[in-house]
Amino acid sequence: MHTHFLAAEATSSTSRTLTITLFLIFVAITLAITVWASRQTKTATDFYAGGRSFSGFQNGMAIGGDYMSAASFLGIAGLIALYGYDGFLYSIGFLVAWLVALLLVAEFLRNSGRYTMADVLAFRMRQRPVRTAASVSTIVVSIFYLIAQMVGAGALVSLLLGIGPGTTFLGMDAGTAKVATIILVGALMIVYVTVGGMKGTTYVQIVKAFMLMTGALLMTLLVLAHYKFNLSALLGDAATRSGKGDAFLEPGLRYGVESASASATFYSKMDLLSLGIALVLGTAGLPHILTRFYTVPSARIARKSVLWAIGIIGTFYLFTLALGFGAAALVGGAAITAQDKAGNTAAPQLAQELGRRYLGGETGGSVLLAIIAAVAFATILAVVAGLTLASSSSASHDFYASVVKRGTASERDEVRVARISALIIGAIAITLSIFAQSLNVAFLVALAFAVAASANLPAILYSLFWKRFNTSGALWSIYGGLIAAVVLVFFSPVVSGSATAMFPSHDWHWFPLSNPGIISIPLGFLCGWIGTAISKEDDTAKYAELEVRSLTGHGAH
Amino acid sequence: MVTPLSTETTPTEKYLAVQGSDEFAGLRKTLRGFVFPMTVAFFLWYALYVLLSAYARGFMGVKLLGNINVALVLGVLQFVSTFAIAWYYARFAAAKVDPIADKIRDELDAKEAK
Repeated sequence: MHTHFLAAEATSSTSRTLTITLFLIFVAITLAITVWASRQTKTATDFYAGGRSFSGFQNGMAIGGDYMSAASFLGIAGLIALYGYDGFLYSIGFLVAWLVALLLVAEFLRNSGRYTMADVLAFRMRQRPVRTAASVSTIVVSIFYLIAQMVGAGALVSLLLGIGPGTTFLGMDAGTAKVATIILVGALMIVYVTVGGMKGTTYVQIVKAFMLMTGALLMTLLVLAHYKFNLSALLGDAATRSGKGDAFLEPGLRYGVESASASATFYSKMDLLSLGIALVLGTAGLPHILTRFYTVPSARIARKSVLWAIGIIGTFYLFTLALGFGAAALVGGAAITAQDKAGNTAAPQLAQELGRRYLGGETGGSVLLAIIAAVAFATILAVVAGLTLASSSSASHDFYASVVKRGTASERDEVRVARISALIIGAIAITLSIFAQSLNVAFLVALAFAVAASANLPAILYSLFWKRFNTSGALWSIYGGLIAAVVLVFFSPVVSGSATAMFPSHDWHWFPLSNPGIISIPLGFLCGWIGTAISKEDDTAKYAELEVRSLTGHGAH
Repeated sequence: MVTPLSTETTPTEKYLAVQGSDEFAGLRKTLRGFVFPMTVAFFLWYALYVLLSAYARGFMGVKLLGNINVALVLGVLQFVSTFAIAWYYARFAAAKVDPIADKIRDELDAKEAK
């Protein structure tokens, strides 16, 4: 019954070879799709918005593909496996967030914008300053997110391929394999984006979402079947084998931890609230999610795609509940932390255990492990491609075409610059990730959500719904929210002054929370209001046009 | 009632006229009357859930059925409410919002085509 995950016999080269083979098949299929998509990509609309030809279901799957990152799949399953209930709490924030996108953003953005978030923000404002601000914020959010994903990929490769200290793979030790993975992931994402544009990237997301959902469903069914579909028995076993008893099924092991110090308890609970707010309000401000709404023919289809996305993402998080508790029950907390302290290998370890029990012993274990490991790599690859596309689109469409060329760039020129930007942003992300590979950068995902919620969301909502909002307000909210979130995190315990910090041996922190949302999000909204009030600019006619277009779809691209 | 538009209106005047029409005001009111209160409602419902997770641990730990406790049920209810609100919004929008939006858009498109 004992799990020797990736121990000598289990890592049998079978599993490793199979993981790599399956991953290469995924890469081959997606590259073929990318090349096919490149032939269909002729205009700027094709490159930025996939020709606006996707159906609601296709785009719903692609949204799921963009959204369900390795942080969702491996991260949340791992959080649940190690901390029980609190991991579930995290996924709830990620799901509820979609209501903001559905009710307040998706359709209006689709109706009034063309390719980027800034199309809506700059609609009735002075183009150059607002597009510059939106571009800065888009690229900052995307790069934070990219680094978190790519460093995560580097860390995973040695775990998933079983390259332990002292062992090598193709002549590479764990450190070299890490760097090689970061470069490989980066190179592939650049190829997907520059060659396939939005059309290629969207199909990559769809394939990935399908693989992820299938893999997670299979494992969920095996876990539930093991417990004869008795949830209570699964939870009971998970609580016992986690070594934490009933506390494992209650909030408080990971977030809002209660300790002897009253102030530590207070801040820990504030941190939980702060994280909760950032998760819910961040999604509708993430640039790579916003650009997805442009890939469908109309606002109505955009609505439909968000409905599909909510169904797909919600179902997926319910699966992670079974995966996380299943891993705690069948693999056990000790075996998981022995493999990875953060619990990122809980899902693959569970796959191996389930395969061993139900799909024919050791071989079955190796096969299911290989499948899930390959799915994890596919997941990372798809998410980074989406991020690179969104940021390069903004660099070209917002910064190059509107700010540098003042709107005189030709379509062909714009697409060429977008491709070059993807190359540059990809190269920057690879370089930063290699430098950051040994640092703990897991907090960057939460930071990306916090910036999106503090800088982008206020500007988007004010733009769409507040008549008086103006250029000054847009700049204040974007820069105010962005600077507040980044500065607070820089002086927080996730960057310095704690054992799990990015720089654990330094201490310059004075902000007590790990997540800045509870301060930076209200500040972003407040800045937008102050910025608006101190400027006399008030373009009533332009707002009339924006409002009529966003609500009716008249003149939509 | 839509304010009649002359063909000589400038683009800005055209949009101001539509924005000022009763029909558009009705569309805005219907839409905002749904999405704003609904946003406040789901946000408060979620905030309540997070606050209970932070400050009402004893209550959240009460077991209801076997090992299934209040925390888990409330968590799953967040999923249920998210699905339900999404479904209800889609139904509401299709029945009450889309027809008015389409009518205004078609009128605008027709005028532009002239």
